[in-house]
Amino acid sequence: MLLIECPFCGAREEHEFHYGGQAHIIRPEDPEQVDDKTWAEYQYYRKNTLGLQAERWQHSFGCGQWFNALRCSQTHQFKAVYKMGETAPEDRK
Amino acid sequence: MQRYSLFKLLQHSLSHHKNWQAAWRNPDPASEYDVVIVGGGGHGLASAYYLAKEHGVKRIAVIEKGWLGGGNTGRNTTVIRSNYLRDDSARLYEHALQLWEGLSRELNYNVMFSQRGLINLAHSHHEMSTLLQRHYAMIENGIESEILNMKQLQKWLPNANLTGSARYPVVGGIVQRRGGTARHDAVAWGYARSADALGVDIIQQCEVQDLIVTNNEIKGVETTKGTIKAGKVLLCAAGHSGHLTKMAGLDLPMVSVPLQALVSEPMKPCMDTIINDSTVHAYISQSDKGELVIGASNDQYLSYAQRGSWEVNEETLQSILELYPVFSRVKMMRHWAGVVDITPDRSPLMGLCDVKGLYIDGGWGTGGFKATPGAGHLMADTVANDKAHPLVSPFGLDRFKTGRLIDEGAASGVH
Repeated sequence: MLLIECPFCGAREEHEFHYGGQAHIIRPEDPEQVDDKTWAEYQYYRKNTLGLQAERWQHSFGCGQWFNALRCSQTHQFKAVYKMGETAPEDRK
Repeated sequence: MQRYSLFKLLQHSLSHHKNWQAAWRNPDPASEYDVVIVGGGGHGLASAYYLAKEHGVKRIAVIEKGWLGGGNTGRNTTVIRSNYLRDDSARLYEHALQLWEGLSRELNYNVMFSQRGLINLAHSHHEMSTLLQRHYAMIENGIESEILNMKQLQKWLPNANLTGSARYPVVGGIVQRRGGTARHDAVAWGYARSADALGVDIIQQCEVQDLIVTNNEIKGVETTKGTIKAGKVLLCAAGHSGHLTKMAGLDLPMVSVPLQALVSEPMKPCMDTIINDSTVHAYISQSDKGELVIGASNDQYLSYAQRGSWEVNEETLQSILELYPVFSRVKMMRHWAGVVDITPDRSPLMGLCDVKGLYIDGGWGTGGFKATPGAGHLMADTVANDKAHPLVSPFGLDRFKTGRLIDEGAASGVH
């Protein structure tokens, strides 16, 4: 089981958390104007990184807050957690 | 290829079975092939076999970074079925099931295909309605399916707790009698042996490090054993498909997550069918060796690690005990995980890519094993003709652009 550091509550066990997938995906500003390819990429295509990925987690059975994390998809190790709206800390990448 | 038969067995017993021919060669890679297949699991080896046998392609290599069948082919719960809802999927999986039915004879290799029936259980009126929708869709697609009432279920599952005292009482089910299991290693080995006999080079311990693409056309692969030129490249790498296509500059609509499974200590026969139960999430059968083979849910997070979190196993076993309280003292013996590539609609990605000469057979998510012969057969046709086979074309990448998704969330069996 993963031990995840919630930026608001501290370290808690994995089953308190809900995984939100890849972070920092930007919704096209005007969905009516973009072509099908761009929309499909926004909707379905994911980086699926082998290595360090920025992703979203929610402390659903705790404070309920969403936050971002840098986690390695090979070791499962969390390198950093940071709040929504912030960018990934460069020194941890 | 030395054929296996009772006569051969007797003959070799005279020499204490010391002189059997190796099932396949272990060649060094040549510098160039017509088709290079990345991934030496069931899908890759089957594709190689049908390419050589039915399409007469001469120079084929299967490149495997580990050992044959060491990925998801050796990590699944070996369930084979074609009880899918959508027409496109029903045709695809039924094509595979029909090939399974003749596979041991075709390969002269016993894959131990055992059609013991697969039961889907319902715990509520609504779930039964969903199962009935699938049942009637199957009938319309010419695939047999039967509705089971409680009395029939008690006969099929004498050890299960089917009384009203369960927390989520069972109310009914459907069964596909032609569903079953097969020995996963034998599938990989059988295809490898037959493909090798047709001249396919199977190269193990050789990892693909880059795809060589010039002018949007595939030219070959860079591997740990050197550069291999190829006219066509087929990717059959399951959870690593997206990682590979990235080498050609392509992202895929999929996420790789660990899917866990576990087996118990061997026991006397107590379950002669397979159960798939979506509400409590129990996916269980008993192997010929007597082990209970249990499929767990997938872990929620992206991973390439071939291991998952313990809590998933705990939850799975809790669910099994809801249905089978008699198993409460059975010890679990092994557990493991495979990396599965899950698409948004739970249907595979098959066919051509934006790069000419590059083909993909991936996105099988939690259910690729059952499709092994069918996927190999259809991808061989697709690669040989550079055109998606009619059964393959609905599963192309363009469906995410057109919105024609093939939603098999319910039939995928794992969630």
